[in-house]
Amino acid sequence: MGEIWVITSGKGGVGKTTCTANLGTGLALLGKRVAMVDADIGLRNLDVVMGLENRIVYDLVDVAEGYCRLKQALVKDKRVEGLYLLPAAQTKDKTAVSPEQMRSLCQELAREFDFVLIDSPAGIEQGFRNAALAAERALIVTTPEVAAVRDADRVIGLLEATEVAPPLLLINRVRGDMVRRGDMMNIDDMVEVLAIEVLGAVPEDEQIIVSTNRGEPAVLMPHSRAGQAFRLVCRRLLGEDVSLPNVWVPDGWWLRLRRLIGAGSR
Amino acid sequence: MFGWRGRAQVGSPGSGAVARERLRLILVHDRAGCSPELLQALKDEMVTAVSRYLDVDRDGIEIRLVSGERHAVLSASIPVRAVRRAAVSP
Repeated sequence: MGEIWVITSGKGGVGKTTCTANLGTGLALLGKRVAMVDADIGLRNLDVVMGLENRIVYDLVDVAEGYCRLKQALVKDKRVEGLYLLPAAQTKDKTAVSPEQMRSLCQELAREFDFVLIDSPAGIEQGFRNAALAAERALIVTTPEVAAVRDADRVIGLLEATEVAPPLLLINRVRGDMVRRGDMMNIDDMVEVLAIEVLGAVPEDEQIIVSTNRGEPAVLMPHSRAGQAFRLVCRRLLGEDVSLPNVWVPDGWWLRLRRLIGAGSR
Repeated sequence: MFGWRGRAQVGSPGSGAVARERLRLILVHDRAGCSPELLQALKDEMVTAVSRYLDVDRDGIEIRLVSGERHAVLSASIPVRAVRRAAVSP
């Protein structure tokens, strides 16, 4: 049986979907078979971030309602071997799938795949509960902001009441330069207040926007700093003893210069 | 120009430290707010215990969780009317 993970945050806009896409792709690059499940019914995004939006035939609700078999709804990623997406429905609402349906569906996927990554909707309502109840492990995504960490704490509290194992933390969109001059909370601050194990940290990177523009996860882009961090995070997820990506190291002068020249030539 | 020489002003803490302190305080309240029943039960038991020895003003009691240096601190303010001299447990 594979591992079933839910990727959740409470607050919207912290990068759940980006993290799901990059971890899924990164794990597949490391040779794992991965199924990503978009549980955000009515507001599907994972297909777009993955660049697979034109290849969807059936969705999660179709499977739950028995219109198609699970395998028919899985979209195969042609760039990376062993990577699949189960898209959310765009026209239904979050009550279209019951917790039991979600759970049995993920269990079925876990028999075929090494990792099932559920991209949870924001919030702590039914959609989140469906996603959380189907999972065995949880990854909490947050950014170094008061509101995001507060919501993460709320979600951690809610997960404590379920059978999900103690969650891990992924801190997204860290600005090393701001941390160094004391204008952003650092990893230690957040880990201390949340009392949770940290899986990794990912730097803020404008290449993420380029990556979502193209529908190509940043882990596939060799020069993306966020992509590099995600690759490290994937290895940590597999239990490898790699140290946390050092997001506090500022960009070197050559990178700033290159960016300046790049910006000037546009 | 690029912001990489930027420093927090001398003498004032960076906004990161401000964020951390605000977050601590918010979480203390959020976490305590999760179970008001627990706080109430705790309050009732404390008052019962204290009342055995002291004559307290029940209406003036204030019990709440506040943010300490590293941990939450249970702060209780219990106005005392008089000491019960006969309060010797058997």
